[in-house]
Amino acid sequence: MSDPITRPGVAAPRDGADPTGTSERPASATERGIGRLGDRKKARLDELARASADKGGVSLVRDAFRRLRRNPVAMFGAAIVAVFVLVAIFAPLLAPHDPAQRFDELTKNLTVDSIPGASSDFPLGSDPLGRDFLSRLIYGSRQTLFVGVFATLIGLALGALIGAVAGAFGGWVDNILMRLTDVMLALPALLLAISLVAMASRSSQWTVILAVAIVNVPIFARLLRGSMLAQRESDHVLAARALGVKQRSIVLRHMLPNAMTAVIVQATLTLSTAILEAASLSFLGLGDPDINRAEWGLMLGVDGVRYFEVRPELAYYPALAIIVVALGFTLLGEGMRDAIDPKNRR
Amino acid sequence: MLRVIVRRLLQLVVTLIALSALIFIWLRNLPGGPVDALLGERATPETRALLTKALGYDQPIMVQYAKFMQRVLTGDFGNSIRTGDAVTEVMGRAFPATIELALAAMIIAIGLGVPLGYLAARFRGRLLDNLSIAGTLLGISIPIFFLGYLLKDVFTQNIHWFPPSGRISTGVDNTNITGFFLLDSLLTREFDVTADALWHLILPAFTLATIPLAVIVRMTRASVLDVLNEDYVRTAEAKGLRHKTIRGRHVLRNALLPVVTTIGLQTGALLSGAVLTEKVYNWGGLGTLITDSISGGRDYPVLQALILLAALVFVVVNLLVDLSYAVIDPRVRVR
Repeated sequence: MSDPITRPGVAAPRDGADPTGTSERPASATERGIGRLGDRKKARLDELARASADKGGVSLVRDAFRRLRRNPVAMFGAAIVAVFVLVAIFAPLLAPHDPAQRFDELTKNLTVDSIPGASSDFPLGSDPLGRDFLSRLIYGSRQTLFVGVFATLIGLALGALIGAVAGAFGGWVDNILMRLTDVMLALPALLLAISLVAMASRSSQWTVILAVAIVNVPIFARLLRGSMLAQRESDHVLAARALGVKQRSIVLRHMLPNAMTAVIVQATLTLSTAILEAASLSFLGLGDPDINRAEWGLMLGVDGVRYFEVRPELAYYPALAIIVVALGFTLLGEGMRDAIDPKNRR
Repeated sequence: MLRVIVRRLLQLVVTLIALSALIFIWLRNLPGGPVDALLGERATPETRALLTKALGYDQPIMVQYAKFMQRVLTGDFGNSIRTGDAVTEVMGRAFPATIELALAAMIIAIGLGVPLGYLAARFRGRLLDNLSIAGTLLGISIPIFFLGYLLKDVFTQNIHWFPPSGRISTGVDNTNITGFFLLDSLLTREFDVTADALWHLILPAFTLATIPLAVIVRMTRASVLDVLNEDYVRTAEAKGLRHKTIRGRHVLRNALLPVVTTIGLQTGALLSGAVLTEKVYNWGGLGTLITDSISGGRDYPVLQALILLAALVFVVVNLLVDLSYAVIDPRVRVR
């Protein structure tokens, strides 16, 4: 620790209590001493800056992504989601038959208490209307993805709009919007979805999607508002304001992107609940009335349950598909949540 | 404290009034509203107009709403379109069934969930922990009605441990006082009825318990893990306190606060799950009432009352949860 500044003689110790004379304290505050000390500190700072710069600055998102990749459970979830999306995309190539076509060799064996099982042409047997069950399962991934993604996106868009406006403006705007979400949150999720579908004059695929979406609006709104408010108080927003950045670009470029991470994580988790909620609505008889459409929730909630005692496979396979996909989104979403949590940063 | 309660109660009232207004206005402006529901789609315009006038739907919406609120405050929610019975009576019959089911499910979920979550945290990374994590993930990913059918299939068809549906066996003579079968039979000392009702209750209650159970286990585990890392736990250990004391006084008590919030929030999941579970087991509670009111041609007066009741229960339970903080956590009391 003997450097020119603190060496005895250059700056004498204030008292004699420091026998070695290697005190770090700038004892005599001469102008010259401060100047040299300042230079020294600057040099040290530069050195530190260079040292850390050499490692390369890592953005928060990239850092989180790196942690996510190292999490095997999250990667397992991501793999499930990837397979699910791929199956949905390539459904026409994978499915052996047309999912809506009724086959004579299947329909002629259909009776009240028997539904044909597996055969060489139809690996998973028939559905209650004499259609190829395997093809319907494969095509089902498309509709399930469709329902899940649109329900989540619509909920996210509406919720994000409300939350961003509330969080950006604060004050009475915030108050009114949050009371509105309170009213929506006063109803349990499925009951709200039930009421929404029940109040529509006729149920269709879109009433299901909209109902599930609206259930999620207050959740996204509250979440985004919370992180927007936190951003409002943060130093970088204060800095931007001090620099005279326009309010609009502060909100859109400084606050919103930073606040969105939590929302994206929530959206991943919502995909899983959206699929489950759509299945529940189908089970309650409020689902999509189109009998040609193959969707897992519909297959499980309507036919699977109705023919549970005749042919439980009609329930088992769609249920398994739903469970695996819901699990995939949940694992991925929770992995993402852990990854962006500052507590887990290293 | 009193000020907090009063403020929260006022908020609650405002929320419910806003909700009732929303539902009211919505119901009356929909295509196929109450008039269509009553008359069917083939009614002539004349009868339609007559009924619209008779029901007062030709008046301004604010007047209608004021009249509706006036009746609601005297406990009159109108009559069911489907059966003609008073809505309050219909709901009064169904309400105890659902509460009995939901309470049983909550008791199971808390009774199993908190100890399991605590043990998982204590033996973190071990077999029990991994099993419980896997179980909770499965619990939140499985459609609850499918689980219901699965349990029903196994326990009533393959091995005949439990009855497949209903609240009580046919032919069992139970005295009805409150509508809570367990409570009634205990009061009248008809213990065979208690046993029968309990026997019917177990399977639906376990089915319904899965979702809150999974959430409670996860929450307890996470919360206990957080507290175990706190300085005061280390201090307590350094002081040489007995492990039992540390676990009970320091860890569990501090860890339970977030768990209590979770339990409050699970009321919503419970009400939602009850609708599905009741349909599976033909339970005859509010959930059955909802599905019947929808499939039987949109019974609006019943639906309206049901939605309001669900909201009331949900909001009140969460208020109680907030207030219970003061009991559990003295720090909240001070503020």
